[in-house]
Amino acid sequence: MSTVEHLDRGPLARDELAARVARDIPPGSFVNLGIGQPTMVADHLPAASGVVLHTENGMLGMGPAAHGDEIDPDLINAGKFPVTELPGASYFHHADSFAMMRGGHLDVCVLGAFQVSGRGDLANWHTGAPDAIPAVGGAMDLATGAKQVFVMMTLFAKDGTPKLVPECTYPLTGLACVSRLYTDRAVFHIGPEGVTVAETYGTSVAELASRLEVPLRTLDATEGTNRRAS
Amino acid sequence: MTAVFTDPDEAVAGIADGSTVLVGGFGLAGMPIGLIDALIRQGATDLTVVSNNAGNGDTGLAALLAAGRVRKMICSFPRQSDSWVFDGLYRSGKIELEVVPQGTLAERMRAAGAGIGAFYCPTGVGTPLAEGKETRTIDGRDHVLEYPIRGDVALIGAHVGDRMGNLVYRKTARNFGPVMATAATLTIAQVHHVVETGGLDPESVVTPCIYVDRILDLSATEGNQ
Repeated sequence: MSTVEHLDRGPLARDELAARVARDIPPGSFVNLGIGQPTMVADHLPAASGVVLHTENGMLGMGPAAHGDEIDPDLINAGKFPVTELPGASYFHHADSFAMMRGGHLDVCVLGAFQVSGRGDLANWHTGAPDAIPAVGGAMDLATGAKQVFVMMTLFAKDGTPKLVPECTYPLTGLACVSRLYTDRAVFHIGPEGVTVAETYGTSVAELASRLEVPLRTLDATEGTNRRAS
Repeated sequence: MTAVFTDPDEAVAGIADGSTVLVGGFGLAGMPIGLIDALIRQGATDLTVVSNNAGNGDTGLAALLAAGRVRKMICSFPRQSDSWVFDGLYRSGKIELEVVPQGTLAERMRAAGAGIGAFYCPTGVGTPLAEGKETRTIDGRDHVLEYPIRGDVALIGAHVGDRMGNLVYRKTARNFGPVMATAATLTIAQVHHVVETGGLDPESVVTPCIYVDRILDLSATEGNQ
């Protein structure tokens, strides 16, 4: 597999990004989707994939959002929205739910982020602004515990500054925990060798390399390994 | 021996000023609103409250905060779209806040209930929430030393109890209830109704009666469900 540059299109829309993440979730995985944008990934997981969704507030086998008569105040997701249960679902208390994460039993979690560093450090719980009220929830537990941590975010902030950075400037959630970074402009693999561009959308590796301060590598099909992009 | 009450005011009698109160619920699911409303009437103040969130809307824990009874919140996720009561108190410096990762919050209470002196946990290593805490590398991985959180009182919401105090829960309203029940000197559970002893399948009991001191039977006020 080599790096694919999709130059004939624009950046991924939010829904396309969710679909792109869903494509990389192995069938049969136990998966936790963080609150906010990651929740959209569920809409792109075919039932036949056998993926089982975990919600931190004590459930495996979480189904889609509840509507109308289905709404039950005792059945909510981590974002506190009403959801449904699928056949084979189970309920458990909070210490068990987080033991499941911390104990390495979840295959994948998908989280949003303010920043990710080239080493895979994650910052997603606190802007550090003096008037901000810190709220961590289960973010640190997920970042530390899941076997694979996928992050989905826009690659650039509204002011154009990159969110994939050499060092996070926001307070950290976890160290070297992110393995895959899914953005509107590119998909990155992050590991001990650094950051590798797997795919780009509406941009080239060269253009990304000029806008990011993180060294980028590309996938090289012929060598079966990756190499420096710039 | 578990005492069963139908009067919420009797169920919360004797909670002292300065108590640490564990309050169940994740958002409003499992939040023991009947017990919290009674605690507001009872008047205990200068409380430290341990709960996942710091109140939603204007009911339950938010009402207790609004009444000015809480000196300190220990929680994982205070900031939410409907946490205006807490936000106002925090921004005006009227309440202390200790933020704890959600799993560590649960495990610190589990440790208290299980008689564990402290535990090493990988969550939060290298983050601001580990600052000043003892760390140790175990099997090549860094861990932070975390201490138990013990409550003087736990207020929890369950679905059904029996007269002995055994509890079952419903769906994701279970959340912190079973953990908090073990971690407090005085555990008070509100339930939608109470069945006779023997009326719960022993295989289905989630919180055994040994952890439960008082039950508030809401069926008189709610109607039988």
